[in-house]
Amino acid sequence: MWRCSWLLIAALAATASTHAAADTAYVSNEKSNTISVIDTDKLQVVRTIKVGQRPRGILVTKDKKYILVCVGDDDAIQMIDTNTYKIVGTLPSGPDPELFVDHPNGKLLYVANEDSNMVTIIDIEKRTRLGEVQVGVEPEGMGISPDGKILAATSETTNMAHFIDTATRAIIANVLVDARPRYAEFKKDGSELWVSAEIGGTVSVIDPARYDVIKKITFEIPGLRSEAIQPVGIRITTDGKTAFIALGPANRIAVVDAASYKVQKYLLVGHRVWQLAFTPNGKYLFTTNGLSNDVSVIDVASLRVVKTIQVGEQPWGVFIAEP
Amino acid sequence: MIRSVIVSGLLACFSTALAAQTAEIKIGYLRSAEPKTALSLVEVPAQNDGVAGAQLAIEDNNTTGQFLKQRSSLEEVKLTQDDPAAATLALADRGIAFVIADLPPDALLKAADAGRSRDVIFLNAGATDDRLREEDCRANVIHTAPTRSMLADGLAQYLVGKKWRRWLLVVGSHAEDKRYADALRRAAGRFGARIVEERTFEDAGGGRRTDSGVVQIQQQMPVLTQQAPAYDILVAADESEVFAGYFPYRTWDPRPVAGSAGLVPTSWDASFDQWGALQLQNRFVRQFSRRMTARDTQAWTAVRILGESAARTRSADPKTIFDFIKGPDFNVAAFKGQRLTLRDWNLQLRQPILLTDARTIVSVSPQEGFLHQVSALDTLGYDRPESKCKLK
Repeated sequence: MWRCSWLLIAALAATASTHAAADTAYVSNEKSNTISVIDTDKLQVVRTIKVGQRPRGILVTKDKKYILVCVGDDDAIQMIDTNTYKIVGTLPSGPDPELFVDHPNGKLLYVANEDSNMVTIIDIEKRTRLGEVQVGVEPEGMGISPDGKILAATSETTNMAHFIDTATRAIIANVLVDARPRYAEFKKDGSELWVSAEIGGTVSVIDPARYDVIKKITFEIPGLRSEAIQPVGIRITTDGKTAFIALGPANRIAVVDAASYKVQKYLLVGHRVWQLAFTPNGKYLFTTNGLSNDVSVIDVASLRVVKTIQVGEQPWGVFIAEP
Repeated sequence: MIRSVIVSGLLACFSTALAAQTAEIKIGYLRSAEPKTALSLVEVPAQNDGVAGAQLAIEDNNTTGQFLKQRSSLEEVKLTQDDPAAATLALADRGIAFVIADLPPDALLKAADAGRSRDVIFLNAGATDDRLREEDCRANVIHTAPTRSMLADGLAQYLVGKKWRRWLLVVGSHAEDKRYADALRRAAGRFGARIVEERTFEDAGGGRRTDSGVVQIQQQMPVLTQQAPAYDILVAADESEVFAGYFPYRTWDPRPVAGSAGLVPTSWDASFDQWGALQLQNRFVRQFSRRMTARDTQAWTAVRILGESAARTRSADPKTIFDFIKGPDFNVAAFKGQRLTLRDWNLQLRQPILLTDARTIVSVSPQEGFLHQVSALDTLGYDRPESKCKLK
């Protein structure tokens, strides 16, 4: 009889763990002014949240309390409660926020104001603006070093990656990259900064200690003109070994060996793929396909696209959070 | 005495150090002072049409330039009765090596030829004449304005794609109108449209603005367009702004209009917001309190070509910059969704052509399906094998 209860308890425990809550992917739909909420186990949209105008950059705060979304045409960042999915406040983002990144300590937010040449710094808890940094023309890409000391901001028309000391809020270096840089991503060990040039068609790998471009990655896809290959979003695996790069109207993700900087494979996804996000366990990579109104799910281990999920109109940003 | 030598030595070091601080890129803007006109009240160009675009690009250049210790500056010269050659030499005397020009073709050639002896490089941001890129091409002239043939081809590709192949062509009586008609005829032959009939609209003179408004026009236009053979679209060649704007909704048969009115091919329109263009539009409106035009954008692109090349070469030396522009690594981002390069045989900037009805962008050419070995943008205008240009 005791053995039966133990078996029952063990069985219940096993069942409980297989029914643990799934991660959630939040996708901002630039045109329909909504966020699609996707269950990453079922790989289905489970809910749609109405937000303000022109939602683009999206993330979940480190304390998991809020979804933050840049609503550029409302000149604000909306805060959405992750339990009730209700809009509970706004952050003073400065004009036309497009993309942002939060400090590893979860307290500060760095926002690119696309229409003015600025980066705005916000205290998330107090919901106040702490200051601005003047950068180049049309800032967008925002990457933060793993130790939080350096913020990398890209300016699309100035064609530069600006390195900003987060303590002094001063620009300490500027690196010229190819035309229209849109995304900046540090490796998890802080040893490299990868910057995509949408119109230039390349990705520059920068040494963040010497502010040197150590490698420029180019792409070649048979049957496609080089002008159609327009890199935007970049994500690098936690072990720093593999980089995934969204190639815009080339409709593909480039899989790059991050040691040799060689492209291993191109994965066909939807139309005009711009942004990417890993599930926290690294199993899947989600891509936003702006002109086919869907999200592709890539199985990272097998490097295969396993599902396409219909979302709202012109999906832009994606962030995946644990429950 | 030793102290004064040391002091002057220090001052000399200091001033050379200061001189090495910021490199100056001096740019001129040469335009004719005659006001341009338009049939439509909302399309009459501003006094600063064109040069405003150049001024905005100077600011954009200098934002990058502040990080690279480079500074661009612009000097505007308006030609009234003056000789374009003399004006060019005067600019050269002031150390200006690059001149953005918005001039009629003959004046541009006079200026460019005078400038050649002083190594002045021109960027044509206004004239659309094909001959400036063909038999009258010059080794010291870069073109950011599209040609009439590029504009006509961009339009024709769309119309043929829509299967609106039967065109009624109405041409004005001035020389520029006839040149536009030549380009449209060539485009029709090239892409498979058929001009069912050609009519001429004689410019009988008279004003464009009157109080009586539309009453007479409403009666005249149907009469001018009646008894035409069956056609799909009326294509009007009216660069002189005399009649084309009167055709939409007034033709005898219910037909769309294209060319100088209706569906218009252009390098830019205030309604264009694709590929990040909204950002440029907003910056322009904020600075100049009016909307950005094709002339503004052509001038903006010309100044940006110079700023971009100075940044890439880290040099303000005109020869270094010009060599880079003509080299294989040159390209410029101009909110057109792909990088723009120069045709090496005649220094014409390759570019997509927007088709606008002045409220929206209807389409962007080249249209899908028109193929080319090198660049789809070379399906617009005269291609390398057809070129009469020998750069000298």
